[in-house]
Amino acid sequence: MLSHILSLQIFLPLLGVLAILVWPKLSDGGAKWIALGVSTLVFIVSCLMMVNYQSGNAGFQFVEKATWFPALDLTYHLGVDGISVYFVLLSTFLTPICIISAWHAIEKRAKEFMIAFLVLEMFMVGTFCALDAVLFYVFFEGVLMPMFLIIGVWGGKNRIYASFKFFLYTLLGSVLMLVALLALYFYTGTTDITEMANNDLTRNVQIWLWLAFFASFAVKMPMWPVHTWLPDAHVEAPTAGSVILAGVLLKMGGYGFLRFSLPILPEASAYFTDMVFVLSIIAIIYTALVALVQEDMKKLIAYSSVSHMGFVTLGIFTGTQQGVDGAMFQMLSHGIISAALFLCVGVVYDRLHTREISRYGGLVKNMPKYATVFMVLMLGSVGLPGTSGFVGEFITLLGTFQMNTIAAVFATTGVVFGAAYMLVLYRKVIFGEQKNVDAAAMPDLTRTEFAILAPLVLMVILFGVAPNLIMKNISPPVAALLANYQKESSKVETMASAGGQTNGAVKSEAGHE
Amino acid sequence: MSDFSFLQLTPLVPEIFLALSGLALLVLGVFNGDKSSKQIAWLVMIAFAVAGALLLQNGWERADVLGGMFVMDQFAGILKLMLLLGLIVSVALSVKYLDDEKMARFEYPLLILFSGLGMMLMVSAHDLLSLYMGLELMSLASYVLASIRRDDVRSSEAGLKYFILGSIASGMLLFGASLIYGYTGSTNFTVIGDTLQEANSVGAMIGMVFILSALAFKVSAVPFHMWTPDVYEGAPTSVTAFFAMVPKVAALGLLIRLLFEAFPTVSAQWMQIIWILSALSMAVGGFAALRQENIKRLLAYSSIGNMGFALVGLAAGSAEGIASVIVYLAIYMVMTAGTFGIVMNMRRNGHALEKISDLSGLSRNAPLMAYALAILMFSMSGIPPLAGFFGKFMVFRAAVDSGLYGLAVFGVLTSVVSAYYYIRIIKIMFFDEPVEKFEGGVSCVRNVIVAASVIFLLFFIFRPSPIVEISRDAVSVFFHAG
Repeated sequence: MLSHILSLQIFLPLLGVLAILVWPKLSDGGAKWIALGVSTLVFIVSCLMMVNYQSGNAGFQFVEKATWFPALDLTYHLGVDGISVYFVLLSTFLTPICIISAWHAIEKRAKEFMIAFLVLEMFMVGTFCALDAVLFYVFFEGVLMPMFLIIGVWGGKNRIYASFKFFLYTLLGSVLMLVALLALYFYTGTTDITEMANNDLTRNVQIWLWLAFFASFAVKMPMWPVHTWLPDAHVEAPTAGSVILAGVLLKMGGYGFLRFSLPILPEASAYFTDMVFVLSIIAIIYTALVALVQEDMKKLIAYSSVSHMGFVTLGIFTGTQQGVDGAMFQMLSHGIISAALFLCVGVVYDRLHTREISRYGGLVKNMPKYATVFMVLMLGSVGLPGTSGFVGEFITLLGTFQMNTIAAVFATTGVVFGAAYMLVLYRKVIFGEQKNVDAAAMPDLTRTEFAILAPLVLMVILFGVAPNLIMKNISPPVAALLANYQKESSKVETMASAGGQTNGAVKSEAGHE
Repeated sequence: MSDFSFLQLTPLVPEIFLALSGLALLVLGVFNGDKSSKQIAWLVMIAFAVAGALLLQNGWERADVLGGMFVMDQFAGILKLMLLLGLIVSVALSVKYLDDEKMARFEYPLLILFSGLGMMLMVSAHDLLSLYMGLELMSLASYVLASIRRDDVRSSEAGLKYFILGSIASGMLLFGASLIYGYTGSTNFTVIGDTLQEANSVGAMIGMVFILSALAFKVSAVPFHMWTPDVYEGAPTSVTAFFAMVPKVAALGLLIRLLFEAFPTVSAQWMQIIWILSALSMAVGGFAALRQENIKRLLAYSSIGNMGFALVGLAAGSAEGIASVIVYLAIYMVMTAGTFGIVMNMRRNGHALEKISDLSGLSRNAPLMAYALAILMFSMSGIPPLAGFFGKFMVFRAAVDSGLYGLAVFGVLTSVVSAYYYIRIIKIMFFDEPVEKFEGGVSCVRNVIVAASVIFLLFFIFRPSPIVEISRDAVSVFFHAG
């Protein structure tokens, strides 16, 4: 089973879809139970995978390779390394949580919702496992279909606008990546991600390809200024959709940078470092300020996501061990924290059906458990030492500082703003006087809600105090990636000092292990 | 050419069989009148199937027929097979529809048969004269089909418009052919090719441009697309389905053979023309469809756009490029068949519906139909893992390999524009409030076709290779000699 453990995780959800489709006269409740059962099973398989994962190994594990499209030399090539394995785990972990959170919140067309979610899980897991570029693209892009329906069918008032914006924005970025993939395929003669790095692309070509990849990943990330779809999508999506969007889909951008931009186009990555730094810093500071004035809880957290993702891009493009390690950690930590925060918003939304911050207040009196959970998450988002948020931001800044002091200084101010908007949110919602009778009468967390939030909260603290649990697996592949990256990107500097006349003529001879 | 080759008719047996059975069925129809129309429709389908069997029985190695007027090779073989399948499907789709619309006439399937015969001759044509003959046989039957609902203004208008504009195209074709004949001294593709290799001449180039324009008219590539939306909207839906599916395959097949057998030495020239046709078609197909309210009109623009994408492969001018055109066309035919199958299901109170808004809330009234159409639309917009993605993937791959980055980037960007109107249909079905249910007009055959096409789109990803390999074999005929 271990040899096919990745395929198993990808296609098990499909089995659930089939079951829901063909089961005669299945009630909505039955569909929910099937979806929960299947996604839990997938999560168990993921845990099994994690148990068998050899830590310290920088290469790909659980590799599967089979012919898929021999006419075009495309292979069904799967594998995970320290960079992707946690994303797989995050996806399979959040899916059952989302399904539980949707249990009562989704009243109409629950069967279809469950189908959409299982299909979504399949595509998400596939994206992180695929080692063939076209296969990756298939999964990466396939995500759009279920997500479009999830936002559009079960979303809020302005859901149609949001779903179209989400779909078209991401599609626009992705198709440019498709052209870049085709060009890479043409230049390297392979679609295998592990072999693509063995290329001798000239710098000019690299730059064009890098920009095309950037179009896709920057939108997905999302980076300023192409982030505007995210607040809309988040606000309108149902809770479960927001959770998966913030928890997993945003990570696809960062994952793409680490899988494609850095290893395959190292020279161009180094070339564009400053641009990414500027965009990241604008994202960190500007969106944090925007978050400060939001009146909608979900919108606030959405903007905070953009701000946090700014740290990720900053870290990735420092090209230092700490920077990339920190970015990885930040992505995982944000995946947990923002997912949990959206669940928290979902909790009060289910009770009062509004996300307006001013409608709440003084919840600490009637919802003490909720206040506690929210507090831990809020502090995690702020980046208080002892939470996972701190580790990610701190290491990222450490890496940035080595590369570019000014960038680090600006990014650090972002942390302060981050503290500001989260604390303001917390004060307005949890403390203060109880202005509205209905808000004051809301019951505390139910047992189910507590059960799905508790593991997330625990993880925030656990990874905050023992980051090495994750870090020990992330570092080796990152080190291998950067060893190659630094060798390649150093050429840019030598070339710059030589006057750059050899523009476009530099060939790389370095290999990728 | 020896006299013997005149008698060598074996490669044309399927066409001869179709012609004879068409005549026989015509007699049957005349005797029995319109009440036998259903019977004749089924017999026509059987005739197509038998022709297909005969085609498979014949070897597909290169053979000249009738002194080089026609050729048979793998390229013609695979295209004819596709055409026959498309013809069977379009007749099958029409049976119940014509019944519901009370316009079942025995001429209808027969016209499709003769049109199909013309198409099969087209993809085998190896001479400007046989080219014209095939094209006209196809077109004349199509004009009549477009106006088959004689008492309907729109249908008559569609037929007339199609006829007049089609005649202009034919005129251009003849003019171009006469120029080429004048400058090269022959109407035979091979001879034209050889002559042009020795000495290129401006007159022949002008002739080629005229012929290209005429053929662009038939595949409805921009700027020769004007007739398409009106004809698609005015013609009965079953005829529109036929127009969208089959004739374009034949016309593109003909175009490919003409360009690669008669004009291989001037590929640099025609590649530019195809480039422009392709880019314009993609743009118009993308933007003009955005505001359409009539689903047939929308599909007309969508087919214009799709032809633009197919032409991307041809603009690449490589073997991979043409192979990708064939793959694209095959997938496009499947998607079109499924989509029109569903459009024909849109009926209420005994009337066929054509407004997109009539689909509102379909996901609650008829979930299966809504999901089928959603999958078709996602596939049309090229979202993986559906088959439509692989069609686009193939043509853009060919374009990138030939260095046509500009066209590839332009193409993918317009595909995002067109994605808008495809997902708008999904939005209407899934997000909007339901209107009245559709009633009546459910046909088993039609549902089987829709189901088959959806299954093809969903499962194509698991075995994508064979169709690509077949297409590669088919186009190898153009690249062995050169």
